[in-house]
Amino acid sequence: MRVQLASETDLDGFRREARALLASRARPAQVEWSVEGGQEDLFAADETVMEPQGPAPALRVPPAFVELCQHVLLHREPQRFALLYRLLWRLAHEPNLRHDPLDPDMLQAREFAQAVRRDIHKMHAFVRFRPVGDAGDGAQPLHVAWYEPAHRIVEAVAPWFQRRFANMRWAILTPDACVEWDGSVLQLRPGASRAEAPPPDAGEQLWLTYYRNIFNPARLKLATMQKEMPRRYWPNLPEAQLIAPLAAEARERSTRMIEQPASTPLRRIPIAPAATTMLPPEGLPRLNAAMQQCRTCPIGALATQAVAGEGPLAPRLMFVGEQPGDQEDLRGRPFVGPAGQLLERAFAEAGIVREEVYLTNAVRHFKYDLRGKHRIHKTPSQQEALACLHWLREEIALVRPRALVALGATAARSLLGRSVVVRAERGTWLARGDGLQVLVTLHPSALLRLPVSQQARAFEEFVTDLRRAAA
Amino acid sequence: MEIAAKLAILADAAKYDASCASSGGVQRDSSSGRGLGSNEGTGICHSYAPDGRCISLLKILLTNYCQYDCLYCVNRASSNVPRARFAIDEVVRLTLDFYRRNCIEGLFLSSGIIRSPDYTMEQLVEVARRLREEHDFRGYIHLKTIPDAAPDLLRRAGQYADRLSINIELPTQQGLAELAPQKDGAAIKRSMARLRVQIEAARGEARDASRAPTSIPGARPARAAAPAFSAAGQSTQMIVGADGADDAAILATSAQLYGAYRLKRVCYSAFSPIPDAASALPLQAPPLAREHRLYQADWLMRYYGFAADEIASPRTGGMLRLEVDPKLAWALAHPERFPVDLNRAPRELLLRVPGLGVKAVDRLLLARRVRRVRAEDLKRLHVPVAKVLPFVLAADHRPARSALPSPTAAPQQAALF
Repeated sequence: MRVQLASETDLDGFRREARALLASRARPAQVEWSVEGGQEDLFAADETVMEPQGPAPALRVPPAFVELCQHVLLHREPQRFALLYRLLWRLAHEPNLRHDPLDPDMLQAREFAQAVRRDIHKMHAFVRFRPVGDAGDGAQPLHVAWYEPAHRIVEAVAPWFQRRFANMRWAILTPDACVEWDGSVLQLRPGASRAEAPPPDAGEQLWLTYYRNIFNPARLKLATMQKEMPRRYWPNLPEAQLIAPLAAEARERSTRMIEQPASTPLRRIPIAPAATTMLPPEGLPRLNAAMQQCRTCPIGALATQAVAGEGPLAPRLMFVGEQPGDQEDLRGRPFVGPAGQLLERAFAEAGIVREEVYLTNAVRHFKYDLRGKHRIHKTPSQQEALACLHWLREEIALVRPRALVALGATAARSLLGRSVVVRAERGTWLARGDGLQVLVTLHPSALLRLPVSQQARAFEEFVTDLRRAAA
Repeated sequence: MEIAAKLAILADAAKYDASCASSGGVQRDSSSGRGLGSNEGTGICHSYAPDGRCISLLKILLTNYCQYDCLYCVNRASSNVPRARFAIDEVVRLTLDFYRRNCIEGLFLSSGIIRSPDYTMEQLVEVARRLREEHDFRGYIHLKTIPDAAPDLLRRAGQYADRLSINIELPTQQGLAELAPQKDGAAIKRSMARLRVQIEAARGEARDASRAPTSIPGARPARAAAPAFSAAGQSTQMIVGADGADDAAILATSAQLYGAYRLKRVCYSAFSPIPDAASALPLQAPPLAREHRLYQADWLMRYYGFAADEIASPRTGGMLRLEVDPKLAWALAHPERFPVDLNRAPRELLLRVPGLGVKAVDRLLLARRVRRVRAEDLKRLHVPVAKVLPFVLAADHRPARSALPSPTAAPQQAALF
């Protein structure tokens, strides 16, 4: 049975015919596909019309299959219609086919589609426009390109160029078909010859200059280049004429660079002084600047920055947390992440104004474990807390708070100089050696880690502790 | 100086930057009848240089005058290379002209540091501003930011650019201190942190905006929404082989950068011979094989769930093997994890089989829902069958113990310094 389609890329025709053929139960092997004006098959079977035999098998194809057909049809392989019809037939008769990603027919179709998609992608990349008719009379020049695609993709690619160059007049000439955009209408015409395309111009010379100079002769890798830009595209790429001469002189150029002795600099450009850290004169700013340089323990090197405390001098309360987290490390401010937000909520309940208290941490750098792309908070060791202790002491001396609140065990240990069981000692005022009073409570992130059912109650208790501190 | 002569000098000066990607960012085009260009999310390589690298953007320096003296850099203050400086409008014109010819996806602009970091950054931002605001350019813009520039300049750069990058330059702080004395490693990290915060804030706002009602029937279409802040994220480059850092240190640094600042890419650029090299850096051919293995290792971290220290760690000498790819090297070092059953193993384990890529693994997972996977199926997946077979079990295949390729002689890597 012979079926004729209107053109090489006639998807609608194919769908119509394929539907009719399926209805008439025409087996794939019985069908011969041809295209109007295409070559006649000398051994074509006689035309026979098959009558529909009973109700056709219901055929529903996955949406991805329609898209696959669209691409396969643009391939130059003459057997593509037969392949697609065979697949349709099999989809109707083999229920498992649609779930098998390794079926040979399906793989073949996917390979065709892949080749077409790659060709489309390369056409996006390798079309080169040359402006013509820029007479300086204000009329827009027409940008013309000559191109030879591997498959029949011109019509499919045109809308992409239309979206990109909507305000430009352009035309792409190819042996199969030509397409022209005048600013409002996309027109398709029959194929053209290379002679109809314009010759190179001065602007293209600039492009060649760029191409010549962006190439690094010490890294010649022609095979890699050809994998991505196969030779078949070279005739229509103006810069391709430079490949051979650039490659030829690459070895000599790079050897010369390596062998050349270092020259004495002429020093026409004044060299900027090396980045030195100028310490501010005194007080907290000086302390915070010095802290940035601290590498006493290894966690400093992995963090973005040391996070200094913030708040007014001589506050009623100074809150000391454990260490900065991910967000604090990025922003360079204490208590701005999820735990900080919870602390602010608790402040609001307890009648504490964030701007009126001083917030800081016992450890100044963020310590973490990398899990994939996430930095997971890790509790600092005693040694690390100890290494950081002098920053906290100096900060307390400079800030001069009237009382301290330790959030969590690490802060309590740093402030009291002994290990503290938070649950046992929370909510009562404890005295330090220097006479300052310390109230111990949980760290807000400990609340975040509790099961949801316990959070409300724990939050209330936390607020109670804060109220006592503020009283 | 003529524009062609400037272009020659300033393209030459930019060729050591490995980055070129033009993917991601806000989808846009000019089909509304305004503007020039489009960005549909997939980067396009418009050409390839004989060094195998793609040309996707017009990659140039605004100027190669530089008051910094980084020893590995051809543009350092003490180098005798010819110098040039583009006028802002010259860059704008070149970008638009090459774009109309369909030679490029957009602009990748960097610069030597002149006068001050802020002044230099302002010039870069001004090029991007003119392209976007005066010419309504809708192609891709990638700006290299100057690490010590003011936060406000960084913010403006992010409004115009699809991608921002800051070069970390060298894998270790110590290397940076020795070879690039004017650069401050901590400032580079702080800038990256600032970018991550702003990129995420802009994404959050965009998400909220997309939930709000967007149009009122019959109303005139509103102005296009402001582009998200550096919508295609940020990236960085480090130079490999200019200091003594080993592969383990390099990958550990990359892993931290991905984790801390959510970089899209870390580019590795093998230190390349440069004309007029500093006497402190004796030159040799660039370690391209090492660079290639690092890119493969980086890929394993980003898409295959490998941790940096699984691929290279000080315990195993700190260097990647040059003769086998890092995944195969890992598999050979962990025979106890193999063979992996193609019909049962979870995705994470399949991804660790040498020769199986993400796509092949996903197809296998689909296929085995409907039937048993056999050895011959591997052929249809277009994977290197001989490489895969020793590491897997299939319905009809059980590798002999001795089939595992024996680990060859001790890893050898040419000393780089």
